Amino acid sequence: MTESPKIIKFMALRKVATFLSAALVLASIIELGFNGLNFGLDFTGGTLIEVMYEDAPKLEDVRSELSAAGYESAVVVNFGSDTDVLVRLPQGMTPKLGEQVLGVLQESSASHVELQRIEFVGPQVGEELREQGGMAVLMALIVVLIYVAMRFQLKFAVGAVVALAHDVVITVGMFSLVGWDFDLTVLAALLAVIGYSLNDSIVVADRIRENLLKLRGHTTEEVINISLTETLGRTLITSGTTLLVLVALALVGGDMIHSFALALLIGIGVGTYSSIYVVASLLVSMKITPEDLIVLEKEDGKIDDLP
Amino acid sequence: MLNKYPLWKYLLIVFVLGIGLLYSAPNLYRPDPAIQVSGENSGTVIDQATMTRVSAALDAAGIEHFGEAADASGKSGLVRLYDKDMQLRAQKIIQRALGDSYIVALNLASNVPDWLLAAGAQPMKLGLDLSGGVHFLLEVDTDSAIATRLEHYTTGIKKSLREEGVRGLVSLDENGVIHGKFRTEESRDQAYSLIRKNYQELQTTRDEAGSESDGFALSAIITEGKRKEIEDYAVSQNLTTLRNRVNELGVSEPLVQRQGRNRIVVELPGIQDTAEAKRILGKTANLEFRLEARFDAAPGDREQFEFRNPGNGEPNAWLEREVVITGEQVANAQASFDENGRPQVNITLDSEGGTLMHRVTRHNINRRLGVLFIERKSRTRYERDEAGVEQAIRIPYDEKKIISLATIKDALGVQFRITGLDNPGEAPELALLLRAGALAAPIDFVEERTVGPSLGAENIAAGLKSVQIGLGMVALFMLVYYRLFGGIAVLALGANLVLLVGCMSILGATLTLPGIAGIVLTVGMAVDANVLIFSRIREELASGTSPQHAIDQGYGRAFVTIMDANITTLLVAVILYAIGTGPVKGFAVTLSLGIVTSMFTAIMGTRAIVNLIYGGRRVEKLSI
Repeated sequence: MTESPKIIKFMALRKVATFLSAALVLASIIELGFNGLNFGLDFTGGTLIEVMYEDAPKLEDVRSELSAAGYESAVVVNFGSDTDVLVRLPQGMTPKLGEQVLGVLQESSASHVELQRIEFVGPQVGEELREQGGMAVLMALIVVLIYVAMRFQLKFAVGAVVALAHDVVITVGMFSLVGWDFDLTVLAALLAVIGYSLNDSIVVADRIRENLLKLRGHTTEEVINISLTETLGRTLITSGTTLLVLVALALVGGDMIHSFALALLIGIGVGTYSSIYVVASLLVSMKITPEDLIVLEKEDGKIDDLP
Repeated sequence: MLNKYPLWKYLLIVFVLGIGLLYSAPNLYRPDPAIQVSGENSGTVIDQATMTRVSAALDAAGIEHFGEAADASGKSGLVRLYDKDMQLRAQKIIQRALGDSYIVALNLASNVPDWLLAAGAQPMKLGLDLSGGVHFLLEVDTDSAIATRLEHYTTGIKKSLREEGVRGLVSLDENGVIHGKFRTEESRDQAYSLIRKNYQELQTTRDEAGSESDGFALSAIITEGKRKEIEDYAVSQNLTTLRNRVNELGVSEPLVQRQGRNRIVVELPGIQDTAEAKRILGKTANLEFRLEARFDAAPGDREQFEFRNPGNGEPNAWLEREVVITGEQVANAQASFDENGRPQVNITLDSEGGTLMHRVTRHNINRRLGVLFIERKSRTRYERDEAGVEQAIRIPYDEKKIISLATIKDALGVQFRITGLDNPGEAPELALLLRAGALAAPIDFVEERTVGPSLGAENIAAGLKSVQIGLGMVALFMLVYYRLFGGIAVLALGANLVLLVGCMSILGATLTLPGIAGIVLTVGMAVDANVLIFSRIREELASGTSPQHAIDQGYGRAFVTIMDANITTLLVAVILYAIGTGPVKGFAVTLSLGIVTSMFTAIMGTRAIVNLIYGGRRVEKLSI
């Protein structure tokens, strides 16, 4: 708790944490390199049909009906419940495909089949969305780098951005490892992770900045330990409440935002850790000193008593 | 005295909250499922008699309904239903009863009281993932529009060189470059200045001769500005055409919007029959230019057509059966004014059309030339199938109406104009129809998303539930951990939700499933500011500061941190909005609005309550 005067020696475990982070990032990159991402329809293009059966069908039956009708490449899975069936077809087909497949399913099934949704994404659109997505993540990182460098100092900016990249890579690595679909909503979640984890990093960085100027005579490592201890309560509470909400979202939010909630859960979990260890240990490695912040001292006075 | 707010701050907070409540209130009134009836053309009046027929048809089918009312303007009428599942059946029954001259559309009838509507308060629109419906992304094949234009230029250049007696070879390659080859340098230069003068939209360069046998060459490409103009034109023309067609589909609130360089988004809430929607969107309207029939023409050679907009003159006219040119040969049509300030429509044909037009008109000066607008429509016939179930069968047919009948004053070519229009408003409308008839560039479907209505309802339910559970858990935690201050933060959180929903309603933002996720996430994150402030206050108290000072210091110190943290998150949200499409945009909107409103409620809102409770008196202990 923040009231307790006892200072936790976070930085004593700095080497272990750095090793752990580096190992996780490396593992994620290797995993991504070998298995890649299970891109969703948004990025690959193709057709997806979700239907609701009155009585749960046997998936093998649905598959054989579809391949008998000439759709051998159809992937058939349950979605959410066993009466809900998702059929996915690769690209290179016509936009009319959705209705045709729906027709086959309705004809061949004894029970009532209700259309839930059809999605068709042309190959070109998929490619563009992929490019835009990558651009969005990159842009977000660059803008953050500039803002933090302006408001704080370049060393803080580097720390924050490395922490963000760390969170994004590990989250994406997890998606690759487990094989969850990576679609547009997951991408949005990743960007939200960037925003959120940044929030955390800034709060920690802000306290480190304040203490560096206030607590002269302590070593940098000590100052960082004090700052982390002081903010730990807040970090855990905020992450805790957000994670609570995300668990609610993942459990009852419905199938369509399930992967969104999962991405945020992982990302914010990792983000909480990285705001403590990645940012702070990078600041120690870069040998941050009170002198780095002298220029900003004056600037701070201006915005002091606004609220 | 510490921790007292001036009166105006309290008033401001009450005012903002009041506005928030007012504008979020309409979302509490759930709309009734309804069927909207309107006439297929503006002449059809919807009155009480029409609505009585609708009522009778629904009664006969045993569908419960209420609140039938015709609009005061006579343009549309509405009947409300109790059961959403009955909507599609009711639509079919009413269509059957009224016939094809009426458009019968699914609708949601608002239940928002008039005083709220009068204040401009509207409920949030639901995205397709929540309401059900179809989303199409169409791509306009602008390359083919440019290719057509380039061919037009090539023929034009050939013709003008021939007229000026410049000998050379002009050709168009597959990269869209026009090449000219000439024997002498002199004729090359002559051609060069001729093209420069007549075709400013082309960028012409003299080419270095490779060898003696190549002679002298020049090349011309279309300028970037002109290319963009052609693309814009093709897209906006398709946009107009699509809007007209969407109206025909009978959807209550369709969206047809340009997206990016050459794409068009079409969103049709409530539509389930995607095949039908695609057929209507993808069909082509067309034009036919025909001469007016002579009085002595044989009956087999002439045909009678109605005017589309019968003015004061004759209601119909006789045209020849033979077609001079069709809409495919129309490259452009624009309204403008002639040298005397009278309205006119300038028409540009492609070279083939120009040749045909010239050949026919030069021998027919002083006769009248008619323009027919052809729309593919369908009428419904009802038949019983073998099982005795009545089936609706749609029979497509072409409807041809005259949109212009003007006297030929001179032989017409690639470019000509229609004058003698009655009023200035007529010119843009005629130009629009001419353009709508000639689809400038083909369109393709590149993306389609259909969401069934039951899935939409499920999504709403799941979203609401997760907001409730998330809010409940956070509230419980805050109350236990920060006691009275926690309670204040929970109040602020509630106010934040009201403000967020109010802002989204004011901005007319569309609520989507990712948008709901954004709201849920905001709930989790909005308490962050309060946690920061409260832990600061606790720290100050622990270091022996007096309670009043601790409150002041806590808010003051935490403010800078909160600002920095929120501004960076806001930056990311803005990037999301700028780069993302559809669902991502919805998420970005709620996230950024949530950040702004949460700053207001979590800092100013809680401070106001804290000041009311603790401000201006001696306090020994804080409940924190």
